[in-house]
Amino acid sequence: MNKQRYSSTYAISPKKRMVKRMNIKNFKDNCAKIVFILAACISILAVALICIFLLANGIPGIAKIGVFKFLTGKVWKPGNSIYGILPMILGSIYVTAGALIIGVPTGIATAVFMSRFASKRTVKIMSQAVSLLAGIPSVVYGFFGLVVVVPLVRDLFGVSGTSMLAASIVLGIMILPTIISISEPALDAVPNAYYEGALALGATHERAVFRVILPAAKSGVTASVVLGVGRAIGEAMAVMMVAGNQPRMPKGILEGVRTLTSNIVMEMGYATDLHREALIATAVVLFVFILIINILFSVLKRRAKL
Amino acid sequence: MISQKKEAVLIKILVYSGTILTLAILVSVAGYILFKGIPNLSYKLFEWKYTTENVSLLPALINTLLMTFLSLLFAAPLGIFAAVYLVEYARKDNRLVKLVRITAETLSGIPSIIYGLFGLLFFVTALKLRMSLLSGALTLSIMILPLIIRTTEEALIAVPVEYREGSYGLGAGRLRTVFKVVMPSATPGILAGIILSIGRIVGETAALIYTAGTVAEVPGSLFDSVRTLSVHMYALSSEGFYIKEAYATAVILLVIVAGINILSANVAKRIGRRMNDKN
Amino acid sequence: MTKIKINNLNLFYGSFQALKNINLSIEANEITAFIGPSGCGKSTLLKTINRMNDLVEGCKIDGEVLLDGENVYGNMDTTLLRKRVGMVFQKPNPFPMSIYDNVAFGPRTHGIRGKAKLDDIVERSLRDAAIWDELKDRLNKDALGISGGQQQRLCIARALAVEPEVLLMDEPTSALDPVSTSKIEELATSLKEKYTIVIVTHNMQQAVRISDKTAFFLLGEVIESGNTERLFSVPRDKRTEDYITGRFG
Repeated sequence: MNKQRYSSTYAISPKKRMVKRMNIKNFKDNCAKIVFILAACISILAVALICIFLLANGIPGIAKIGVFKFLTGKVWKPGNSIYGILPMILGSIYVTAGALIIGVPTGIATAVFMSRFASKRTVKIMSQAVSLLAGIPSVVYGFFGLVVVVPLVRDLFGVSGTSMLAASIVLGIMILPTIISISEPALDAVPNAYYEGALALGATHERAVFRVILPAAKSGVTASVVLGVGRAIGEAMAVMMVAGNQPRMPKGILEGVRTLTSNIVMEMGYATDLHREALIATAVVLFVFILIINILFSVLKRRAKL
Repeated sequence: MISQKKEAVLIKILVYSGTILTLAILVSVAGYILFKGIPNLSYKLFEWKYTTENVSLLPALINTLLMTFLSLLFAAPLGIFAAVYLVEYARKDNRLVKLVRITAETLSGIPSIIYGLFGLLFFVTALKLRMSLLSGALTLSIMILPLIIRTTEEALIAVPVEYREGSYGLGAGRLRTVFKVVMPSATPGILAGIILSIGRIVGETAALIYTAGTVAEVPGSLFDSVRTLSVHMYALSSEGFYIKEAYATAVILLVIVAGINILSANVAKRIGRRMNDKN
Repeated sequence: MTKIKINNLNLFYGSFQALKNINLSIEANEITAFIGPSGCGKSTLLKTINRMNDLVEGCKIDGEVLLDGENVYGNMDTTLLRKRVGMVFQKPNPFPMSIYDNVAFGPRTHGIRGKAKLDDIVERSLRDAAIWDELKDRLNKDALGISGGQQQRLCIARALAVEPEVLLMDEPTSALDPVSTSKIEELATSLKEKYTIVIVTHNMQQAVRISDKTAFFLLGEVIESGNTERLFSVPRDKRTEDYITGRFG
């Protein structure tokens, strides 16, 4: 009786209605899935576009200048159509090396402190400090370099101040949070059994940390340094503000240098034709550096299981 | 024996001096900027219109907000959806997933100057969007995309499988499960990622000078050139006439960054509390 | 001769008392086994002997542990104490470095530098741990690449390399297969000529097989201790009897 009325009121049976609703649900689910997939593909698209646009605009320039001449040329004189970026390649490498000399020991020491010496409370405060350090914009670091580090170098050594040394100091500061925030979890992840094992052999806390825990965390710590290299070599504004930017072969740590990044920022605003292509080609070279560093980083990260 | 004790003292000195140096750097950078900048903060800097006389930073501040909002408008949904696909839909050994992971990792390593150059070549020149708010925001949205994907992924993975099973057990579909069950519990984590992205947008300079330009005015449309606060600060310090104003601008930037940090720390605390509730 | 004497020892984790008024003597050149159900305090007592409990937050100890008559909780240097009292852990814990560096870690820690001297110590320790023949051709290989049983014997060799007087073994075979277990047991028996050995075990047969003295623990107290054969054949306490006949977990 009841059933009959049911089927007479509705055009389709409950069972069919259920199937239809299921279909709608499936349809909605599938649509959503497609949207999600498309969103995920954006990053593939972005990398493809970046590669295409950099290469398409940079390669012709390199071809016109000549690969060898471009990469190993010691003179950069856009006015005379001479485009050699060896000074900038070396500039980037030297400044980065200087940053590592300053940033790596300091960063690792801080990470070791946070992971194995500090109390929980101290760690909390320290990680706040480190993330603040990471959050300060590069232009503020550059400005700090300009008003504090550059005059310091000038007064100490009697030179103009804007120099490789100033750039290295500023970059060394800027890579600190990178090194700390990746090394610290790597150190934390080292099993306590290693530490206990070392102590049971009569090692001091310090020796156990430095000779057992730190080596055990080496993949993660190295990964942090590699990422720091990437940050340092890719930094533009802060370096440009303190490095002097003379486009000539680096002469010494107290002299000015120009990096790949600052070469682009300095001249992109007014460059045309081959000059413009040469600047984009500079970015291609930088991009290749960065890709190599990225690959190295992900290999190390996988090994460290971070 | 003595050598081990000596070594221990040496290591201690090394570790402590490194730590003190790190803290000293933070204190001196922040302290110096605040010390020199706060006295230079004046109401003139907050006038509605920028002139060479008042060097007002208010337009740049407003531009920063607009830039942040617009970049997140593009990047947040895309990044969150991408993460949902990676965590909730795709199988782990899926080729597409691997490719997305690799490209996202690549994106996160690309320096901002390369983003800036790409934005100039693609959005500004090829798509003819001019140096504008829109070009800048599109460039930045690609830049922060990997950050949002990664943090959202982490947040989604942290949601216990039981929640999903419970939802499926009640006959809910995948989409419903994702939006009604998984996402709500992942919200703090996703939010933390978005806050971090805001930090990057606020601090960005190199990616913007050739995509959004340096006009110190509040834009009339999406296609007008704008300078954000960081670009403003760069312009001031490179011109050399406005060092005082540059200090003051740096103070505002520092305050924003500190605020973002406090905010994200609070969100993180919420996540922690939630985790504790679960246990 | 008494090597270790424990007098009126109480140990607290925060407000929880894990060890209650322990009095025990451990003889030199013998194997002493600590047995009892899990959570009875046997491992905790073991770790008081080389002060590894110092690492546990909120751990408080009163009473004394005398090593050759000297209180280890007096002004004894812990690194010196741990050089004299070596330890082998429940789970093999070789360091993630080469086999050679694992064994050489202790001697290097205590100031031995010369290559020839270290080579000598490494070989002797690995021989004493009855694993030299298995490992001599791959001393520079990663220690994590060898089997669990070999890892545990490597850890024993590592402990022997600092020439300890006492060797503490905290359930050293609980993570190992029967073949590796019997190798470790043989090794322990042969080592007692030179060392005083204290072994914690959850396996009563193991205690019977290798130990000279046994102490039975329950809820943080030593219920009964004495000659192993006697304790297992004519236990004096009802609770000991219940345990060894299998009425406790």
